[in-house]
Amino acid sequence: MSAARVLATLLAGALFGFGLSFSTMIRPEVVLSFLRFQDFGLMLVMGGAVAVVLIAYKLAPRLLKRPLLDDHFHEHPSVWNRDTAVGAALFGVGWGICGVCPGPAIAGLGTGNWSLLWALAGIALGALVQGMRAK
Amino acid sequence: MNLALSLFPLGWQHYLVGGVLIGAGAALLFVLTGRIGGMSTVFSSSWSYLVQRPFFQQKRFVDSRGWRLVYALGLILGALVWWLGIAGGASQATAVPVWQLLIGGFFVGYGARLGNGCTSGHGICGLGSLQWPSLLAVLTFMATAFLTANLMMRVMP
Repeated sequence: MSAARVLATLLAGALFGFGLSFSTMIRPEVVLSFLRFQDFGLMLVMGGAVAVVLIAYKLAPRLLKRPLLDDHFHEHPSVWNRDTAVGAALFGVGWGICGVCPGPAIAGLGTGNWSLLWALAGIALGALVQGMRAK
Repeated sequence: MNLALSLFPLGWQHYLVGGVLIGAGAALLFVLTGRIGGMSTVFSSSWSYLVQRPFFQQKRFVDSRGWRLVYALGLILGALVWWLGIAGGASQATAVPVWQLLIGGFFVGYGARLGNGCTSGHGICGLGSLQWPSLLAVLTFMATAFLTANLMMRVMP
């Protein structure tokens, strides 16, 4: 990876992490209050993020032949099958228990919230077990 | 006004602005490097450094593990800038018990990787590219998360 690409990836990640913190989604309590129907802020966070990404994903490949620092635009098609259904359902159960999803588990470390290391360890362990069980 | 207050007791502006910034991060990654930046894959791709099992040595993990770790590091740095610059270093400690973080985290990791995406992968990138399987995934995890969180509140208020 070229230095420019590393820097670009770091900058994009930083913007993402700043936004996660600014929206307070790095606080499990705020996420849980959404899941308990006490504060619907998460819908605004999700809506705002999806709107911006939608515009970028639609416009960039039309306006540019290739990304500014690489040779092609990637696609990541999602599929609906048994694994996606079961995986999403289990993900939701875990999210409902702890109020932490992968982005905030990582970003929260930048705010000195060391308890999130427990969630991070749980997520890493879950990903390991999933890979060990997969064919 | 009262409706806004009952839906968003803590105010709504920071949610919308934060969301737009999150989207801007994923959009910037795409415009500059062409990559789709969901967050859960890094938890599988990083294991490829340590575990030789063919599942983790798949091309899609080995090829992307480098930039995914850089992207994750960026997340931490961006949050650090917010913490020191805007929150004034105020404690962000959570009162959620350790067992909930660990066990909940386990299901989050297992489920997100089995289902190939999380709130950012299916939620932001998947919906942002108008993929109906991602919409179904989002509706599924929202439903089980609502159920679980409300059950937990009944059992341990």
